[in-house]
Amino acid sequence: MTEKVGISITINGDVHNTEVEPRLLLVDFIRENLDLTGTHVGCEHGVCGACTILMNGDSVRSCLTFAVQAHGANIETVESLADGEMLNELQEAFRKHHALQCGFCTPGMLMTITDLLRKYPLKNDNEIREGLSGNLCRCTGYQHIVDAVRTVVREREGT
Amino acid sequence: MNSLDPENLTRPQFIGAKVLRREDPRLLTGVGHYVADMKRHDMLHIAFLRSDHAHAAIKSINTEAALRMPGVASIYTGEDMGRLANPYRATSRMKNYQATVIPPLAIGKVRYVGEAVAVVVAADRYLAEDALENIEIVYEPLRALVDPEESLKADAPRLHDDLVSNVLAEREFARGEVSGAFLSAAITVGGRFHFTRTTPVTIEARAAVAEYDAGARALTLHCATQIPGILRDKLSEIFDLPGPRIRVIAPDVGGGFGGKTSLYSEEIVTCAISRDLHKPIKWVSDRREDLMTTGHAFDELVDAELAVGEDGTILGLRADVIGDVGAYSIYPWTATIEPVQVVSFLPGPYRIENYSARVRSVATNKTLTGAYRGVGRPISVFVMDRLIDMAARQAGIDAAEIRRRNLIRDEEFPYKAASGLVWDKSAFQTCLKGAVESFKYEEMRRQQKTLRLQGRWIGVGIASYAELTGVGSRIAVAPGMPINTGTETCNIAIDSTGSVTASFGLASQGQGLETTLAQVVAQELGVNVEDVDVILGDTSAVSHGTGTYASRGAVFGGGAGTLAARAVKEKILQVAGHLLEAAVEDIETGNGNVWVKGTDKSMTIRDLARALYSDMGRVPKEMRDDIDNLEATKVYDPFFGTTTAATHICQVEIDPETYRVTIDKYIIAEDCGRVINPLIADGQAHGGVAQGVGVALMEEVIHDPSGQIMTASLVDYVVPSAVEVPSVDVLHVEAELPETVGGFRGLGEGGTIGAPACISNAISDALSHLDIEITKIPTTPERLFQLIKEANER
Repeated sequence: MTEKVGISITINGDVHNTEVEPRLLLVDFIRENLDLTGTHVGCEHGVCGACTILMNGDSVRSCLTFAVQAHGANIETVESLADGEMLNELQEAFRKHHALQCGFCTPGMLMTITDLLRKYPLKNDNEIREGLSGNLCRCTGYQHIVDAVRTVVREREGT
Repeated sequence: MNSLDPENLTRPQFIGAKVLRREDPRLLTGVGHYVADMKRHDMLHIAFLRSDHAHAAIKSINTEAALRMPGVASIYTGEDMGRLANPYRATSRMKNYQATVIPPLAIGKVRYVGEAVAVVVAADRYLAEDALENIEIVYEPLRALVDPEESLKADAPRLHDDLVSNVLAEREFARGEVSGAFLSAAITVGGRFHFTRTTPVTIEARAAVAEYDAGARALTLHCATQIPGILRDKLSEIFDLPGPRIRVIAPDVGGGFGGKTSLYSEEIVTCAISRDLHKPIKWVSDRREDLMTTGHAFDELVDAELAVGEDGTILGLRADVIGDVGAYSIYPWTATIEPVQVVSFLPGPYRIENYSARVRSVATNKTLTGAYRGVGRPISVFVMDRLIDMAARQAGIDAAEIRRRNLIRDEEFPYKAASGLVWDKSAFQTCLKGAVESFKYEEMRRQQKTLRLQGRWIGVGIASYAELTGVGSRIAVAPGMPINTGTETCNIAIDSTGSVTASFGLASQGQGLETTLAQVVAQELGVNVEDVDVILGDTSAVSHGTGTYASRGAVFGGGAGTLAARAVKEKILQVAGHLLEAAVEDIETGNGNVWVKGTDKSMTIRDLARALYSDMGRVPKEMRDDIDNLEATKVYDPFFGTTTAATHICQVEIDPETYRVTIDKYIIAEDCGRVINPLIADGQAHGGVAQGVGVALMEEVIHDPSGQIMTASLVDYVVPSAVEVPSVDVLHVEAELPETVGGFRGLGEGGTIGAPACISNAISDALSHLDIEITKIPTTPERLFQLIKEANER
């Protein structure tokens, strides 16, 4: 064990000032220290994407990030998406298209897609699939996820 | 008695409707409950020290330094576990079978890389892992058996001293005149097929939290498992605790695919330590542990030959299968489940009168193999449908046509396959026809010809298969196994608030059973889907149940749910007959109401429950004594089970520069009986194909010659992402329903059963100009490079 370091992190709008060990992973800080267990750990080496969160507006693997690296950052997790029990349009599209089965990869998927929808036009299925390629889903075969994303893109374009 | 809106006096159809999943809101908002999310007061965490040798004697274990590390509460070794847990083996009544004792922590010897040797208990996982590094173990390496054919040799060391050989199981099948068939055949094709080792890779790795209540002397295990009932029953023996004092709960579970259908050492150790220390104990597998220890899949060498007449008629089939089952015989399925299923299903949906096969399950110094989506059948279909294509090519017959000639026809059912399995009527021919039409097969073949003339490597592949689903008590899922997987239980209770609870022995790992079983129960009972609470994955819910595996959830859950709902409905009708002053046969239920047909005399089921349970006087004592309550428990046994059939067709293109294989089009036509929820049925097929794509093109567990596992991360063990998996069109063939209660057939495994064969046939077709036949998968770009290089040198 090493000496703890002070950090200040904003997560889903709440500011957390606390001290953590330098080796504490951001995902463990989020899950264990803050009890926000919606963010999942699937591989601990940045491949599966289940732990994806948004840090200062970019999708980031929270299993490859130390909590101290998030000092001063603004973080969004899956818990920020719905308004109470009201699902947002992406979550609704996931439900409508049956884009999740076991749900374990889903929070990471949703955060990656949230990032993609903010930044990219996602003009066709190839672009959507390319965007999803850093998040592994073992249940759905991705097809219904692509359907859900396409629906949100089209709704936004009003087509 | 109220007068209800007549619009509510109807029976809506829930079975077959695209009902949105009730699981989704919690899983989409991050408030699901997976085992890794659990916290308990005073909970301790464990981490395992695992063998880095494939085969070695343990000379000494020194834990002194580790015990002095910060936060460490205790350390256990194999000797300690021997004191805390009774030894167990996966027994079988099958002859020529040898069971192995599976120690939860190794005693004296390690037999595969990743086998648990010691466990540290500490205040958190970080501290537990720190301490692992300070445990000193002295090993004396022994000769590692990595190749099953080496294990078979007379001079090979025996993995288990108490066994006579490394062959854990052996079986032979024979029917008809096989040698005669081969002598008279115009065409014989054959080869050695190698279906390499894969691993399930659920995105949620395995996890367990055990809580021992010292006051009640009771143990609760929260576990990412598919088989809570099987675990409860076995833990009762391992810990000498009666059933009511062991409760196994599978909460939200992040995928299973068979990987969570076995009893694992970590589950026993977590329970044993909780009971020993009287504290909640948590273990969450990391990905490296998962890839090294969760039951591996497949890994078979198949020498097979097919005899065919000039017109493409199959005359005979013979095969010799070696299954590399790893170091121990897994509980409860045994070392037989995977290899024996290969030979049981090898003849597939085809008419084959002459068949002989031998299968051996051979122990090696590798991770245990267990059940994985498809179990044996992906290999059977790969070998059989590759052989058929090889024969078709020699005979000059089209791939669809040769299948049409050999698939069992409607009038031939029930058909007893050469291995003894009986196919009940299923749409074998109709699926082929449906897939051919839906794929626009003729047109695609013409297009292919044109494009190939332009130098493009394009291939079309077909695979047809049949699988036995919802297997009842007549047939053991694994031969001679000591547990019953042939029945399932459902209890339905309407309580005094009028609410419906349906409890099952099944568990869900993403199949949406909370929704689909609610649909079935609601339909039968005459209530709304949202009015049915479904309890799954909790051994306290019903007296016997095993879990969800082997494409059984819809057949067993749908069947038991239907039977229990019918029994409860009988009781409702009896009470309603009294309250509405009508004959029982004139009463109907729907939308949570009961009414007298053709009248406006009606009431809610909620009011009916109140009348029975609370408003004494509304229902006479004699009637109450007669029906007791609005509750029923039913056990469903489909006895033989039922056949699910399908044909897959796909088109692939191979890049002649990079050898990348792209799947451009994929069609499935399948007969899964009555579809409960088309959204969910399609999702199962898509996901199954995705895993089949992995098996066909990417996934392989690789060991080096010393038995080290080279694929212990998701960088090295590659599973398909969204760019490798094609869009799949699923055609649910409308055919005669099976005789199962409710008419359901299983469909969870099908996609993975058909895809490896279908894709491999398409690749072979794309490479036909080079005379390349795919016999070993996955077909990685590197393997293609080698095959093409060899072909060019021929």
